[in-house]
This record gives sequence, C-alpha cells and structure tokens, in this order.
Amino acid sequence: MCGIASFFAKTPAMENQLGSLFVPMLTCLSDRGPDSAGFAVYRDQALEGTVKIVAQHPEVGFEWEGFFKPFGAVSLNVIASHCVAVVPGQPEIVRAKLELAGVTVMCVGSSMEIFKEKGFPCDVMKMFQLERAVGSHAIGHTRMATESAVSTAGSHPFSTGSDLCLAHNGSLSNHNSLRRNLRREGITFRTENDSEVAAGYLSWRLQSGDSLEAALEAALRDLDGFFTFAIGTKDGFAVLRDPIACKPAVLAETDEYVAMASEYRSLAHLPGIEEARIWEPEPARIYTWEKSKGTPSASSTATSISISLAA
Amino acid sequence: MSTFDLSKISVRELNQHLHQLSEVNDIDILEPRGAHAVACGLTAPLNVSIRGPVGYYCAGMNERATVTVHGNAGTGVAENMMSGEVRVLGNASQSAGATAHGGLLVIQGDASARCGISLKGASIVVGGSVGHMSAFMAQAGTLVICGDAGDALGDSIYEARIYLRGQVASLGADCIEKEMRPEHLAELTQLLTTAGIHADPTIFRRYGSGRSLYHFHSDQASAY
Repeated sequence: MCGIASFFAKTPAMENQLGSLFVPMLTCLSDRGPDSAGFAVYRDQALEGTVKIVAQHPEVGFEWEGFFKPFGAVSLNVIASHCVAVVPGQPEIVRAKLELAGVTVMCVGSSMEIFKEKGFPCDVMKMFQLERAVGSHAIGHTRMATESAVSTAGSHPFSTGSDLCLAHNGSLSNHNSLRRNLRREGITFRTENDSEVAAGYLSWRLQSGDSLEAALEAALRDLDGFFTFAIGTKDGFAVLRDPIACKPAVLAETDEYVAMASEYRSLAHLPGIEEARIWEPEPARIYTWEKSKGTPSASSTATSISISLAA
Repeated sequence: MSTFDLSKISVRELNQHLHQLSEVNDIDILEPRGAHAVACGLTAPLNVSIRGPVGYYCAGMNERATVTVHGNAGTGVAENMMSGEVRVLGNASQSAGATAHGGLLVIQGDASARCGISLKGASIVVGGSVGHMSAFMAQAGTLVICGDAGDALGDSIYEARIYLRGQVASLGADCIEKEMRPEHLAELTQLLTTAGIHADPTIFRRYGSGRSLYHFHSDQASAY
C-alpha cells in the first residue's frame, strides 16, 4: 500500500512550521505503511565547496566524531542512527570514500537530509526529531513492504542524486530487467527493492544529462507497473502518477504552501485547507513546483507537462 | 435532528449508531476531515448530511438512506449502493459508484478515473467531467456526464447506458455511439430533473456496447 506526503513552504512562516505541519501529515498515513518510514528535509544549505552528507550506522553509540575526523568535517549532528555531516570536497568522491569506510550513505548534496528507519512511522519521526524541523520542503513515506524485505535500506525516500530523492507508492513489474540494465550502466543497488530501481533509473537519466522533466517522461515509457512518485528537488518537488493512476494522490495549494498526500485526511489539519485549491494529479502528467529564482522562499512557480497516452 | 461530531467520536461509533436506527431520521455529521467509511452500510431511510470532505467508501452499500456530502469525496463513494440517494456537492475521487446496483448517485463537481466501474444498475449523474476508464465493464444502469469524459470511456461495457454532453478523449474497447431515441431522451430528462442538474438533454449523445466483445466469437471456431 504505502503512503506519501510532501509539503512545500512558500513563506518563511510556513518554513518555520515545516516539522510541526509535516509530522501529522505522515502520522495520518501510518496505516498505509506501518513497517518503516522515512523523510527528506531540505534545510540549512551547506556552503560552497562543502558537501552535506547523511550517513547511517546501525550500531548504537557509533563514534561518528572519530569516523569523520579524517574527512575534515566542518559540522556534525548526530541524530539517532544517522549523522548529518558537512565536509569539504566533491559529492561523489566523498560518497565513495564513506562507503569504502563502511557506513551507509543516505544522501549527498547541499541541503537535503534523508532519515529513514524500520518501525512505526510516529516512532521513526520522533527518533529523528522531525517535529522541530525548520526548512523549505519535505518529502515523506510510510512503507508497507510488498516486493522486498523490511529494512532500513529498503525504506523510502531513495536518494537519486545530489539533493534529489524519490518516494514511491506502487510496484514495478519490470524492476529485475531494469536493474540488470542499469547495473551495466554503472548504477549500484543495495537492495532487491523495486522502488530503488526507479530511483536508480532517474539517477541514470539525470547523470546522462536529462532534465528532471525529461527523466520523468522517459520513466513513463520505461517503467512498467504502478506508481505515484513524489520527487524532492533542491528547489521544490514534483509529482507523477502512472497512466493508469491506481495509486492515489491529492494535492492542495494555497498562497502559503503546496501539499501532496496519498489521502485527503492527511491534509485536513493544514492551515487554510478549507479555501485551498484541492485536486487529484492527472495520470501521466508531471507536476513541478520550485522556488522562483532570486527570491527564495518568497514565491513559487508551478508547471505541469502532460504526456500523451496514445500508444 | 441528531448531530455527531467526528472529532469527538469514532467512525465506528457513528456507523454503529446509524445502523441501529430504523425510522426516518435527520442526521448531521460534523468534522469528517476526510475520514474513511463514513455512513457506510445504512439500511434505514435516514437523511444524512456530512458537513465537510470525506475519505474512502463514504455511503458504501447504501440502502434507502439519502446521504449528502458537503465537500469532496474520496475513492469509492457509494460503492455497491443498493438503493437511496448519495449526493456529493464537490468533486469525487476514483471509482465513484463502483458496482452500485440501484439508487442514484449525484456528483455535482467532477469525478475522477473509473467512475461507475462495473456498474450493476444504479444511476450516476455527474455535473462535471469524468476521468479515464469510466463505466469500465459496466453491466447495467446509467452514467450521465454533463462535462467531458477521459480516455477509454465505456471500455468492455455490457448493457449500461452512457449519456455524454461534452467531448470524449477516446472510447474504450467495444464502446460505440448509439442513436438517441425518444425513450433515451425521456430517461435522461427524468434523471437530470431528479438529480437537480440543469443541462439541455437534447445535446447529449448516447454510448453503449457494440456487443461484439461479450459475445464469444472465434474466426477459427469451425476448426475445433
């Protein structure tokens, strides 16, 4: 089943309430996905020349300070099993070194932080102190595993590149063949999870030079199965449903925010929801929001691209 | 008039109370906030007003009751309705009126994908447009669409009738346009009047089954 929620703040007031508004959104989706949960929060942009990393280690009390010493960490913030570190260097080089050193890298970028763990969603959110989060936007997921094991690595969202993540509700039927093909293209996979393949697919397209829109258009052609995707980007987020659109999604927009969830009840507590524009994203149509360049967090632009369903 | 506040009681408590009623009653339900299965399985001639948006399967399996949703409805509103009337003043999500056997479902706004899927005899009147695969495998009953219809309208339809005022993106397998005879005009006029939706019945077109799909046919039959 699974549940997805996304919240994109258009005003500083909403940015300040990101965590407190987002926690009830995801909590409400617990019965759609009670086995694990995760979320990406966009906040505290790292300075140029540095890289923000979220690393994970299952051992309680893991010595993160000592671990990151050789990397020359500018800052460290340990939250439960995860550690947010800012280090100098190039994203992919830093990622490779960290993985060689034996930790799991949740994401590498400049503002995105991914946290995910097994457990009931409200426990996971509490563990990572999401309630207090201040930031521009968040993408969250509650998982009911159907295709692969319940594990931290199999939880969503999946990082698909620098400051990019994917949360998926649905199932893909051609993930094994896609995974084989993507491995040949140099994409690495850590699980047998079908959603990780969708994330890997987007990573591959984006690395090949596609824009996000082009990558999602290609995904509509190449991914066989059911999906509602919420995609977090550095400056906003995107939503895409497959052409059959079995998996639910509801969007709400006001002058202050854009919110997306698997079910309306997850949006019911948001301020001004009674007057919000509420609609279901159309099948095979890419919806994107991003902060207008030059005026961060002051306004947003929304675009949508429709893909023809004609075979 | 009895009032129930869903911020104070659970949906299960509400529905259990409604199931115990057998007489005509006016019921007001407050603060539904998108909850699922509100006013499901009613069997008495109740007059239920839900003041706000509801989640999945609102008024599912309805018999005899009149249920009005003052807001939007989630997936499967009035699914498997047997009789009575369900009215959504806003928009409805996918599979509205799925498998409904009888009664009237009115959606004053738009309905999304698969509206009236596997319809088995109920009447559905949509004031706005419907999404793709509406009336998919619909067996009996009527779907009236005052706006446009999405892709694959009436795919694999049996003997349900579709009346469409606007444009259709594409027709599904074995769904064809049919002649609008006087009895169809009379049926449509009656349905629009009952639904309280103002639309000129003379500009609607009728769609139904080409009856080539559900009659078994094989070019090679004689070979066996």
